[in-house]
Amino acid sequence: MSIPPATAGVWPRCCIGCCPYSRNWESRLAGEVMTGSDAFYHTTKSFHNALQGTSQHITKAMFDAYLEINRENAKDLNLDADFTMIHDPQPAALIGSRPSGARWLWRCHIDVSTPQPTVWQFLRPFVSRYDAAIVSLPKFARRLPVPQFIVYPSIDPFSDKNRELTQEEISSVLEKLGVPTDKPILLQVSRFDRFKDPLGVAAAYRIVKQSHDCRLVLAGGTATDDPEGAAVLAEVQEAVGMDPDVQLLLLPPTANLEINALQRAATIIIQKSVREGFGLTVTEAMWKGKPVIGGDTGGITVQLIHGYTGYTVNSPAGTAFYIKRLLNEPERMEAIGHQAKEFARNRFLVTRHVQDYLGIMIHLARGAA
Amino acid sequence: MMPEYHRAVRPFQFVSCMELREVLGKRATDVSRLLELMEEVPSDAIYYHTHSFYLRHAYVQTLYPNDFATWVALYAHDRVLGERLGVLDPFVYLSLEALRQDIVTIIDDHLTSHPTVSRAMSSEPFDFIRSHVIETPLDRQAWTLLDFRHAVHEIEAGELYFHLCEARMRKTPGFDDFSHWLSAKDGLNMPGLAAHIQRVVRLGLNLEGMRARIVALCDAELMTTHGGTA
Repeated sequence: MSIPPATAGVWPRCCIGCCPYSRNWESRLAGEVMTGSDAFYHTTKSFHNALQGTSQHITKAMFDAYLEINRENAKDLNLDADFTMIHDPQPAALIGSRPSGARWLWRCHIDVSTPQPTVWQFLRPFVSRYDAAIVSLPKFARRLPVPQFIVYPSIDPFSDKNRELTQEEISSVLEKLGVPTDKPILLQVSRFDRFKDPLGVAAAYRIVKQSHDCRLVLAGGTATDDPEGAAVLAEVQEAVGMDPDVQLLLLPPTANLEINALQRAATIIIQKSVREGFGLTVTEAMWKGKPVIGGDTGGITVQLIHGYTGYTVNSPAGTAFYIKRLLNEPERMEAIGHQAKEFARNRFLVTRHVQDYLGIMIHLARGAA
Repeated sequence: MMPEYHRAVRPFQFVSCMELREVLGKRATDVSRLLELMEEVPSDAIYYHTHSFYLRHAYVQTLYPNDFATWVALYAHDRVLGERLGVLDPFVYLSLEALRQDIVTIIDDHLTSHPTVSRAMSSEPFDFIRSHVIETPLDRQAWTLLDFRHAVHEIEAGELYFHLCEARMRKTPGFDDFSHWLSAKDGLNMPGLAAHIQRVVRLGLNLEGMRARIVALCDAELMTTHGGTA
């Protein structure tokens, strides 16, 4: 059994994580990576944004370039496999080169619930020819004539972002980042994006700060290539003013160890999104045994069972309420953190991800779809 | 000297399972639409949102033990209907159609008596999902009550679910595999213990709770018959 996940240049995080756990199968796992021109990458980037609901100008030449690159790759890639999993829109048109008798799955990692119609209308005929599609959440599904399975994303517990760290490693990273550990740390890790509501987190912190001494750390990506992100960051900076207990950290995308250390040093982790995909930052926090307070939206509601594996909230006031409750009750904080970790262990690790993929293949192999 | 345990003629063969989730593209944003879709979705979707809730939440006691009640209470903001749906015990039913009919009747009755409720739109829609349960045969067997007790203590949630919950609906309606084997003449021929275990599923526990009760029942039986050597 060979499962070539072809992607345009980058393997999805979950697939890289799955590979080590697949080596013991009595099967052969192979990966193929697409190649393409700058025009193709520009086109597929525009597709990616359009499918996630951001209006894009797509020309006929871009559609033609997409088809041409798919045709060229189909000649070069080894697509001889019992099962082939094609990831995301970039290589979706490879379906035209499916060998006879092979079963092909389209794995969609992005939210295509509100796509730009022209792009979805272009892609839909290709996607409709697969044996099945796989989405990360029910709300990401589109109307299709093929079965659509739900496979939640997962984290790799041995990656730099999630592996166990010694206290020395944690202290060293925090010292380097200039984050003191003298007070309880409230942490949100996410882009400076309105959907992540960093202003709401700052508002919740101000309520809590009236009664509890604590620090707030907002760790996000650099916003240099994102005008909207830069504007949100400026608003957050203005909102927190000169408060010495608030730190805004701009980290590069490679700062996995830093994020790991911050999460492990945090007392409570917040993900107060008002709109969210799956929210793997929540999974990461749960895996570290931390109590998480998250926005009542998207995949966060799948992960945080209110009052058991964390709390879901709908406002800064709600966020502040549960921060105070947790700070007041260390035993509750510990219990929720423990339950969150066990929940993540059972449902959101890469081992479960591999099991789900195998289950779908078994299901299709039996001809049940 | 180790006591001798009664050995079955036919061993209990453990089987595990996993569940595939297939999204049906049927989505409700209010209770009225939930009712309409409830009448048309395949029975595997009713199963997913009621029975297999226990597999997904094997370790967790959530607000209500089925997706319909939880969504109605939390996202459609109708606590009364949530409570009425939350008290439903899926393991009472011998068929999914009977369960579907009762759910439809409860929602319909509620909407008739509270006509304004159906207009409340939820921020998080209810997506109907269909369940595909895939069996996974295992090497594990139990020949004696002691074997059985130890196995139940350590098996994974998928095995417990398959024998306690899945079996009641899909194999022999109303009977779980454990009590079936315990009571069988070629099993352990222990109808008293089997009757107790059959009731465990009906107590409203999560899977871990059911496991603890069954282990405790086995321990009590072993204590009575062999002086507590479990």
